[in-house]
Amino acid sequence: MPTIQSIAGELEPHPDVALIERVRGGDLSAYDLLVRKYERQLFRIAQHITQNREDAEDVMQDAFLKAYEKLEQFQGNSKFYTWLVRIAVNESLMRLRKRRTGKMVSIDEDIETEEGSVPRDLADWAPDPEQNYNQAELGEILRKTIQGLPQGFRIVFVLRDVEGLSTEETAETLGLSIPAVKSRLLRARLQLRERLSRYFHRKKAIKETGVGK
Amino acid sequence: MTCKEFLAHLDDLIDDSVTAEVRAELETHRGRCTHCEVIFNTTRKTIEIYRSHEIYELPTSLRDRLHTAIMARCKKAC
Repeated sequence: MPTIQSIAGELEPHPDVALIERVRGGDLSAYDLLVRKYERQLFRIAQHITQNREDAEDVMQDAFLKAYEKLEQFQGNSKFYTWLVRIAVNESLMRLRKRRTGKMVSIDEDIETEEGSVPRDLADWAPDPEQNYNQAELGEILRKTIQGLPQGFRIVFVLRDVEGLSTEETAETLGLSIPAVKSRLLRARLQLRERLSRYFHRKKAIKETGVGK
Repeated sequence: MTCKEFLAHLDDLIDDSVTAEVRAELETHRGRCTHCEVIFNTTRKTIEIYRSHEIYELPTSLRDRLHTAIMARCKKAC
């Protein structure tokens, strides 16, 4: 059996390492702790990709079960969380494919767009613009805005900026190169910024026509 | 530095992964270019808003139900 390496450094193993060793020794209660620790994140990721609550529920269950069944294959050269996310992303894409009756679904979908790559809306935002909306309205704006991103950008933004994976971990999780992750992240951020500007700019904003210098 | 060059470094500036020398050039450009200053601030704000607002919450009742189902399936798979 491969030895789980220290993740955080030679002297300080990641806290998950001890839990995984316990699960491998037959202690299911240790897996219960890992599920509790990561279930919210996995649900969010699955919902972002499938954009469907029932699918997200199924993905979350299937991903945790698959991770449990394949735990022997986890070699510890990446974080357990990153490994788990990779399983959830694959399960989510498979779920989408099923919904689209077998049509291939990949994270490269719809990324051939130039939208947002050159900033156009250059009006400043109101200070703390989110304060102008109640929680429900803001949630709706944020959901609608991110759902409009091409999938290949949305997944990178969610993993990197919302869930806090590093660029390297995002690349490894999605099977992309680091330059590809960086390029998609910039375009995702700029497109989201552009779309949110419609809601958040100052009342008397003057629209400019692009960065021209 | 041009706006295009600033934009090429935007992510690195936001993620604080630039050398002191490049940072100084970027900060100088920001100080002179209102457009790039707005793009920097609003892009950073975009990330902050998405990070601080959980838009797909997992309600406790659903969380409990799913958790029980997951553990039951794992137990079965033992």
